[in-house]
Amino acid sequence: MNWRGNALKFCNVAGLPIVEPFIRLAAGEDVKEQFKSISKFILLPIAAIATFLFLWNAAAKTVVTDSMKLPSPSETWSAGTELFAMHQAQRAADKEQKQEKITEAIQLIAKANYLTAQAESADGERQEKLLANALVLKKKAVQAANYRPSSAPTFVDQIFTSLKTVFVGFVIATLIAVPIGVLCGMNPWCNAALTPFIQVFKPVSPLAWLPLAFLIIVWAYSGTKPGETFFEKAFLISAVTVSLCSLWPTLVNTTLGVASVDKDYMNVARVLKLSWSQQLFKIILPASLPLMFAGLRISLGVGWMVLIAADMLAQNPGLGKFVWDEFQNGSSQTYARIAFSVIIIGVIGLLLDRVMIFLRNLVSFGNPQAA
Amino acid sequence: MRRYLIANLCCVGLVAFAIGCSSSEITLEDLEKAAAKVDVARLEGVDASGADAEVVEILDVEKPNLKFGFIKLTDCAPLVIAKEKGYFSDEGLNVEIEAQSNWKVLLDRVIDGQLDGAHMLAGQPIGATIGFGTQAHIITAYSLDYNGNGITVSNEIWSQMQENDPKLKSPTPQHPISADSLKPIVDSYKQEGKDFNMGMVFPVSTHNYEIRYWLAAAGIHPGMYSEENIQGTIDADVLLSVTPPPQMPGTLEAGTILGYCVGEPWNQQAVVKGIGVPVTTNYDIWKNNPEKVFGVTKQWNDEYPNTHVAVVKALIRAGKWLDETDADGNLVNRQEAAKLLSNKDYVGADEDVIDNSMTGTFVFQESDVRPMPDFNVFFKYYASYPHYSDCVWFLTQMRRWGQITEEKPASWYAEKAKDIYQPAIYRKAADMLISEGKASPNDFPGPDYDGYREPTTDFIDGKSYDAKKPIEYLNSFEIGNKDPEPLAKQ
Repeated sequence: MNWRGNALKFCNVAGLPIVEPFIRLAAGEDVKEQFKSISKFILLPIAAIATFLFLWNAAAKTVVTDSMKLPSPSETWSAGTELFAMHQAQRAADKEQKQEKITEAIQLIAKANYLTAQAESADGERQEKLLANALVLKKKAVQAANYRPSSAPTFVDQIFTSLKTVFVGFVIATLIAVPIGVLCGMNPWCNAALTPFIQVFKPVSPLAWLPLAFLIIVWAYSGTKPGETFFEKAFLISAVTVSLCSLWPTLVNTTLGVASVDKDYMNVARVLKLSWSQQLFKIILPASLPLMFAGLRISLGVGWMVLIAADMLAQNPGLGKFVWDEFQNGSSQTYARIAFSVIIIGVIGLLLDRVMIFLRNLVSFGNPQAA
Repeated sequence: MRRYLIANLCCVGLVAFAIGCSSSEITLEDLEKAAAKVDVARLEGVDASGADAEVVEILDVEKPNLKFGFIKLTDCAPLVIAKEKGYFSDEGLNVEIEAQSNWKVLLDRVIDGQLDGAHMLAGQPIGATIGFGTQAHIITAYSLDYNGNGITVSNEIWSQMQENDPKLKSPTPQHPISADSLKPIVDSYKQEGKDFNMGMVFPVSTHNYEIRYWLAAAGIHPGMYSEENIQGTIDADVLLSVTPPPQMPGTLEAGTILGYCVGEPWNQQAVVKGIGVPVTTNYDIWKNNPEKVFGVTKQWNDEYPNTHVAVVKALIRAGKWLDETDADGNLVNRQEAAKLLSNKDYVGADEDVIDNSMTGTFVFQESDVRPMPDFNVFFKYYASYPHYSDCVWFLTQMRRWGQITEEKPASWYAEKAKDIYQPAIYRKAADMLISEGKASPNDFPGPDYDGYREPTTDFIDGKSYDAKKPIEYLNSFEIGNKDPEPLAKQ
């Protein structure tokens, strides 16, 4: 029974009800019952997606203006494959360029050596000039040898940039929201003091936060030169905007989780004379983890949504910038590429959500929830 | 030759192996070792005879990795070409060029150092330096192009203009088309209490001044700026609003604006998609008018002077390449340029939309295709030289429409032009190119040139512009600010 039990438990924790009927089928459970599950979780969604594609295709034929046209599913698909092909081509070209640069570096060094040799036989101003040139050439050679491609980021690059940004923003948000949430949950006075801020700032749109995030980052980085800092300004502006918008669900849920820890647990803690930190780490935090993770999951979802908007508005690198640039291009491919990006953004959002469900269920002490 | 190649390939392998072993950067020693095996005498560009030829200075570039911003318009071409044709890398520059979402973002990012430099509206360095909008000292040593804009109106407005002026009904109406036939339409909108909205791209853009010039030449008031009203709508018959270039056709189609002034390819896009009719180009409003510049902050230039010269060298070569003609005077490289620009990371519009204007023709309507070899001038007529007189023209227009709120003496115009336009940097780059044999002295104005183009009357209203007499020019207009005569003598 054990592999079956473990597999079912994994499905449950990972939030994958789709796989469940197959495991049960393999384990030889009632076939009719399992086919019912399969048709519910697999066939029905497939039929729904097919209907959606059909309707989309029909809409693509009707939604046409003078300058714009809704792309059909097949156009969207081919635009997508083209984007990936472009990425491959770009990588190959970058690699070739790097090779060329190394060859060039060696030539430059050789030329520099040649000039130095010439300088030995020259004198006065001419010698000085030759030596100066040789120095410059050597510097150039080192630069060429350590060449980094300067091509525009491809669609795939933008996906990774976006993921990195949302991750950094989410980590900042968590680092702020969890301690404050715990504090508010444990101390009603603290909670009362912070509630007005939470209530007022929670509903603020990312687009309103963005100029302020911009201001703060530019201030924090004033006096530094680009390239000297660990993060790029544009990247941090996006990340900070993401944190400002996504910290609220975690904060509220953590407060709620900590405040609603079972009184019996706390009484036991008192009887056992646990220290404050022991109470916190042995009882309060573990007991409030499920709610905290529920909050983190919503936060990550919000963060991903906000990131795309912030990219679009503030010209930060990422998928949002990709969509915006495409919109500005106005070529015949534009809308197909945008539609493809929309789907990819959705799929990535879905995957992020699944990961968070998995983490939450891991800490839910045997009470996993499917979604 | 073959032996040399093999030797080189071995070296590449050697260095690649060195990188593979350690993640650290390649150092000079690694390179010296690899280079020791190359036969110097066979190297390209090395004068093995060792004759007493003059030693040419090689620029010591302070900052090789650069990021420039641009807006999706065909006149960013010199930047794209300098990158794609390897002119930047010939100077040892590794340049990334990044599309920006609008002119404001672009300017802000140049000012706060996220971008090293950018494709800018000629008015932007001027506006920023004199403090209209964002204050920052921005300079330019390279003018990217002349001309390249058009004014487009919606199909409906065009047919009303044709009603008002039957001569426009011909399949090939006579150009230039003035705004005279637009005036009755604007008047009737005013009568009914409706706003007549048109789009331009930025408050200090050439487009703003051009559409104002065109309207005002026909007696239509485009509105004044003042200290309080920075929308520029005081006394306006036509309300001009800011719309980013790529959104112009869409906004016109949506009916938010009834016409606009923008650069290419966004006029041709309207023709190809059938949503509007370009009525005139800025070539007709002012023949060979300045349009975009390459702008950097003064601070950046002070920190990286050699880098700036290297960039200008690459841009000069790009401009030259763009304006190359065959024996019959046909532009030979423009189709290739259009193809490069249609890449989604650059302008991104379809190649056949971009090449409409780039290859020396301009499509007003399907029946009205005019050859316009000078629609985009990148190098001819010394177009890339930063002429003081071009800067002064923008200053006069800023004063004319109230963006410069106070009266200024003529000397102020000349001083500001010297603050912002930096022909000395251009000269240095040009001299280096000449000594390297990549350009000829004829490509550039003579050494005694004072930076002021000849006075001209090539305007749609026939006015005469002499940059040395800015106040007189200002006072020659019927609509707009006028300054007291004594200022002209100061």
